[in-house]
Amino acid sequence: MVSEVKTVSGRGIPLVGNDIDTDRIIPARFLRCVTFDGLGEHVFTDDRKALEGKHPFDQSQYQGAKILVVNRNFGCGSSREHAPQAIAKWGIKSLIGESFAEIFFGNCVAIGIPCLIAEPIIVKQLQEIVTTNPQVAMTVNLETMQVTSGDFVAAVSMGEGAKNMFVSGTWDACGQLVSHAEQVKATAAKLPYLSWN
Amino acid sequence: MSKGTLFDKVWDLHTVGTLPSGQTQLFIGLHLIHEVTSPQAFAMLRERGLEVLLPERTVATVDHIVPTTNQSRPFADTLAEEMMQALEQSCEENGITFHNIGSGNQGIVHVIAPEQGLTQPGMTIACGDSHTSTHGAFGAIAFGIGTSQVRDVLASQTLALSKLKVRKIEVNGTLQPGVYAKDVVLHIIRTLGVKGGVGYAYEYAGTTFEQMSMEERMTVCNMAIEGGARCGYINPDHITYKYIQGRDFAPKGADWDKAITWWESIRSHADAEYDDVVVFDAAEIPPTVTWGITPGQGMGVDQLVPTPAELHEEDHFIAEEAYGYMDLTPGKPIQGTKVDVCFIGSCTNGRISDLREAAKVAKGHHIAEGVKAFVVPGSERVKQEAEAEGLDKIFAAAGFEWREPGCSMCLAMNPDKLQGRQISASSSNRNFKGRQGSASGRTLLMSPAMVAAAALKGKVFDVRQMLN
Ligand code: SF4
Repeated sequence: MVSEVKTVSGRGIPLVGNDIDTDRIIPARFLRCVTFDGLGEHVFTDDRKALEGKHPFDQSQYQGAKILVVNRNFGCGSSREHAPQAIAKWGIKSLIGESFAEIFFGNCVAIGIPCLIAEPIIVKQLQEIVTTNPQVAMTVNLETMQVTSGDFVAAVSMGEGAKNMFVSGTWDACGQLVSHAEQVKATAAKLPYLSWN
Repeated sequence: MSKGTLFDKVWDLHTVGTLPSGQTQLFIGLHLIHEVTSPQAFAMLRERGLEVLLPERTVATVDHIVPTTNQSRPFADTLAEEMMQALEQSCEENGITFHNIGSGNQGIVHVIAPEQGLTQPGMTIACGDSHTSTHGAFGAIAFGIGTSQVRDVLASQTLALSKLKVRKIEVNGTLQPGVYAKDVVLHIIRTLGVKGGVGYAYEYAGTTFEQMSMEERMTVCNMAIEGGARCGYINPDHITYKYIQGRDFAPKGADWDKAITWWESIRSHADAEYDDVVVFDAAEIPPTVTWGITPGQGMGVDQLVPTPAELHEEDHFIAEEAYGYMDLTPGKPIQGTKVDVCFIGSCTNGRISDLREAAKVAKGHHIAEGVKAFVVPGSERVKQEAEAEGLDKIFAAAGFEWREPGCSMCLAMNPDKLQGRQISASSSNRNFKGRQGSASGRTLLMSPAMVAAAALKGKVFDVRQMLN
């Protein structure tokens, strides 16, 4: 079930704003569930309601977009995986932003959604490109660490560990972790506190 | 690269190996679960035919969805009832200890683990909740994780992680009366920014933290994540050991002496190297309240709401958004802002010492007309202890409602919610838009004593003036 993520192609969707937290991505009332199914339609629900159809996730030109372009500290706040799940279930396959909150980034890795970092000026340009020409195709290449859109080419980045996981198809770490059960037990045996209770 | 810190030592001791990606496979000594982020993880295990590797290293409770008034089952909220049953069933099937409502041990996950003595120095701890950083108060390395990672810990008792850098945050000196641990951490976040800690573990050091009780230390570490740091910790010392001694899972007899020796050995070296060091003076920290929509948008209670000119340029966008949403005017005082709801509780400030400080302020007074105020103990044990001390009576006489333990209006996944544009004075940790259950509701974060003061006055008020 694990697959390599080397490139993501599709149309872009801009979401301007710093410090967009996970409560805004998916409000807590939608966490009353035992599966992630159906979260896609509720992504950014309160922001969307407040903007009465003018939120990018509601605008017709961005339906079907795959690459979300955000600004600084995106996904801060709660550890809820419901947030990246909701974004992914809406249809997003990759994010580009100035920076991402740590847990959000890790949650995205775990579900195979690469979050790439770009300089603020690049992010601004990308947001302008997809705003003026929503139909333009965009490609994120994780091997060359570049984003291209027509003539526009720019560098993006990602920590080496996460990059390797996507490119080699090992972003779903569960299988590897489970296969080391013997080493896990050996490590545990050296920890004094495990025998105190 | 940091060297010789508690973080480095605990990381090395728990390293199982290096994964092909270059990440570390890290052993997790204690895994805490609750009803919101675990059902999907158990479903993923079932899908893959995996078993829980070390069920005795996972402990469960229920906190986010529980009603704080009528807790009889089935819950009136059918979705909440479904989540509850899913957790009960998963624990039962996998042999996981579950502290259910009425067990005497239920409560907010970050309150109950320390009070049972489960949280100890030198451990690695993970929980599908970002405020897991709380447990760092004991000198543990504690991470908030997502649901796929909850699955990984259940299946392997490990996580794939990249090592963090370590920043030492030193605060020295004595806090002014009326200034609490909450103010210290709000002040730090306000200074370093909500993303200042991304990529870092925070080591809180200096005489101010050394003088703090364990509960105060937990308040500080709890909010490390609000400053962007995935974990925060304080080196264990005699205050830590005294707190742990005698608790249910504390080492006993000869193990106790061995434990102390080991705990002492994992403290950061005097000559440890840090990736960064930041120093604060405790005397300069005022009672702090937030005026905006991120925990970093804080200000001294006696100051004026900052104007854009006083903020970094990169903070202008979110500031404009906050002025509009909060309906606060830059350049005007925050004191005197009318509040509708006052909430004392949460994993930040729902412990016994928090309730004591709030009760001190409330004692002999009454809440202002039109204000709704309620106190939600962090756990069944906190509730019991508070009632034994008569705090419930003090609060009730002052017009506060006394509730059953849970997360309550910290994130409003249960019936406790703001209505419409209501403003709350809240002892919790997040003032995000919509956080407290109303899409247009507003939150002012502050210490429990300041919340009590706001309840009595019906408006934001400097608690220092009530303590004289
Ligand atoms: S009290 Fe609030 S922050 Fe703490 S665990 Fe509950 S919901 Fe999360």
